[in-house]
Amino acid sequence: MAVRIALAGNPNSGKTTLFNALTGSNQFVGNWPGVTVEKKEGKWKGDKNVVIIDLPGIYSLSPYTLEEVVARNYLIGERPDVILNIVDGTNLERNLYLSTQLMELGIPVVMAVNMTDLLEKEGNQIHRDQLALKLGCEIVEISALKGTGVNEAAKKAVAAAEQKAAQSVHAFDKCVERVISSVEAKLDSEIPQEQKRFFAMKLLEKDQKIAELMNNAPDVSDEIQEMEEAFDDDTESIITNERYVYISNIIKDCITNNSKKKLTVSDKIDRIVTNRWLAFPIFAAVMFLVYYISVTTVGTWVTDWTNDVLFGELIPPAIEQGLLSIGCAEWLIGLILDGIVAGVGAVLGFVPQMLVLFIFLAFLEACGYMARVAFIMDRIFRRFGLSGKSFIPMLISSGCGVPGIMASRTIENDRDRKMTIMTTTFVPCGAKLPIIALIAGAFFDNAGWVSWSAYFVGIAAIIGSGILLKRTKLFAGEPAPFVMELPAYHMPTVGNVLRAMWERGWSFIRKAGTIILLSTIVLWFLMRFGWSAEGFGMVEELDQSILAKIGMCIAWVFAPLGWTQGGEGWKMAVAAVTGLIAKENVVATFGMLFGFAEVAEDGAEVWGRLSAVMTPAAAYGFLVFNLLCAPCFAAMGAMKREFNNVKWFLFAIGYQCGIAYLVSMFIYQFGTLATTGVFGVERSFFMGTFITAAVLIAAVGLAVRSMIRDKKKGKSLQCGDCGSCKGCH
Amino acid sequence: MKTLREVPCGQTVTVSKLNGEGPVRRRIMDMGITKGVEVFVRKVAPLGDPVEVTVRGYELSLRKADTEMIVVE
Repeated sequence: MAVRIALAGNPNSGKTTLFNALTGSNQFVGNWPGVTVEKKEGKWKGDKNVVIIDLPGIYSLSPYTLEEVVARNYLIGERPDVILNIVDGTNLERNLYLSTQLMELGIPVVMAVNMTDLLEKEGNQIHRDQLALKLGCEIVEISALKGTGVNEAAKKAVAAAEQKAAQSVHAFDKCVERVISSVEAKLDSEIPQEQKRFFAMKLLEKDQKIAELMNNAPDVSDEIQEMEEAFDDDTESIITNERYVYISNIIKDCITNNSKKKLTVSDKIDRIVTNRWLAFPIFAAVMFLVYYISVTTVGTWVTDWTNDVLFGELIPPAIEQGLLSIGCAEWLIGLILDGIVAGVGAVLGFVPQMLVLFIFLAFLEACGYMARVAFIMDRIFRRFGLSGKSFIPMLISSGCGVPGIMASRTIENDRDRKMTIMTTTFVPCGAKLPIIALIAGAFFDNAGWVSWSAYFVGIAAIIGSGILLKRTKLFAGEPAPFVMELPAYHMPTVGNVLRAMWERGWSFIRKAGTIILLSTIVLWFLMRFGWSAEGFGMVEELDQSILAKIGMCIAWVFAPLGWTQGGEGWKMAVAAVTGLIAKENVVATFGMLFGFAEVAEDGAEVWGRLSAVMTPAAAYGFLVFNLLCAPCFAAMGAMKREFNNVKWFLFAIGYQCGIAYLVSMFIYQFGTLATTGVFGVERSFFMGTFITAAVLIAAVGLAVRSMIRDKKKGKSLQCGDCGSCKGCH
Repeated sequence: MKTLREVPCGQTVTVSKLNGEGPVRRRIMDMGITKGVEVFVRKVAPLGDPVEVTVRGYELSLRKADTEMIVVE
């Protein structure tokens, strides 16, 4: 039987470094079922029979954050053989708080005290034996960074797992202990002896989630009352207090503190970086550097090379040659080249750029600067239901939405992260620029305001969505608590940064790749097959394709947006659909539909034809529609990957398209009203417009309601999500 | 009753009580701000909110609205 070691500890305690040191390349990265929290598993390098599970970094086993609930559900439900508790030696007091909770679970615990070398450098000393005696568990001093003591810690953990030694348990105040024993006595045999203390304390803390796990939770209101009267406080606080009092007592005996109060290097850096006047200029400079390198220069070079050379000039001709030489059918060549290879290319084209960006993000996160970003930006962003860290995904999205969405990983809070994923693609990305150029050129004489107003619309859509969605039940409730540790700055290792980069990049390729590939193939089929003079089959001209037919069938939907005025509304609809492969396709599609084989990037050839079938108001609306509606397949793949939930993903796509439709309709209708004095379409149609709008709003509302119902059924892991209370505990 | 919100930068105070209830309060306590602990108000963010405090030997940031529930002496 394999031994399962659960690695638990505070964020910033060196947990990831220790995990990497123990497992090397034997890692499997995924998500915990149904949530956006990352799950990592690996095999110990020293013995392949030992599996190490990396729990999310947590400060406590409270029922309030997603990470904590995921971690404790694993510990209670799956019962690993041993817990390896990594503790930051420079911050022992707060780290031991989690340890006191882990030790109550009735699972053997081995403690790995990390960064003791730093502690000694500061002149402090930990008396290891003393600490082990008081806590009642094995203690190993390690340096995860240098790899010292790491394997010894794992060996001790395996030994502890085999012994199944009972944990000696710390003692609180006499009154508290008496009440705990009294509750323990009430628990029936359903709860094993060694877990009784944990369940008793959780019942006293009025932890509903634990009570629900038990078949017959005893009534402990008498005990709660007794304790609350004795201490004049609520039980949750009493127990938290007891833990810290207990820890302070241990610390006194086990650490010799010789450090003089002096400013550490970290303090000095922080003085400058979060300085009142320098904070924003430094932040702007850092962002500029990240953006400049990962989006403008290096990122674009490699992406362009992958798209234009690797998947343009090198791979497709080679495959074509190969297929022709074996006498492959023409349609199959088409499917492989235009469908599959182009689809794979669309996925892989973004990867190099993304990897460059992820190096920066991993570095900023690991060195501690990301926490400061949240610290200085929080005030602005929390008004829109976003986190201070949402700035980074949005900035990146102005280059490309795909890495932008993936960058939302750095936001801890689930609600903030979802909101960021949903709104970040409103920022015009690089691929949307040709559409802007097309509309500006064809209708507005290349006026500069068209392009800057596009950014304005994007930002307004984000702010508007933030304010709007915050009022829906999905995102309602108290703003996420911003009680955040500002970890000391430190230099991350190259290995850790590269590994973090690769993990994120790979998870995009794997998870997002499937949806992108599939949708490209479907769309290829719709574009290449259709009805020509000879009946159904492959068609040369796009206007004979199935997609064109679909476009003609659905063109009426866009009548309120003014696309159908010139009788060619289906062309706009088809262009908008091909924009889903990549937004710059919109321009090329117009080229094909208006009978030009090749068009310039801004589609100068079709300007005249386009301006004949749309009014400027409708054209600007068309532009806005393409800016705000569902992004390209690659970005949608990233969204699906990050939501890790189909319903949320569909809701986000629906919301984006709905907003795009409404905004675009308003622009057309009121634009026409302003220029001609009447609404864009005749009265009856305008009624239809409002009916459509009402239906859309109702649909979104229903989707929201059904999601809330799901949440109430208990699928939710996070309290306060439902918004019906200020937390259900 | 003085709360942590009213404490100017650079001062050290002792926590005497925590008001309120729910997740934020539990989180604040989990992070080590409990009765009797010393808290040093270190700095305020450039836009005036949140604040950074030193507690139990590490740096913690809190929103001003949340510091109101921490009663100090």
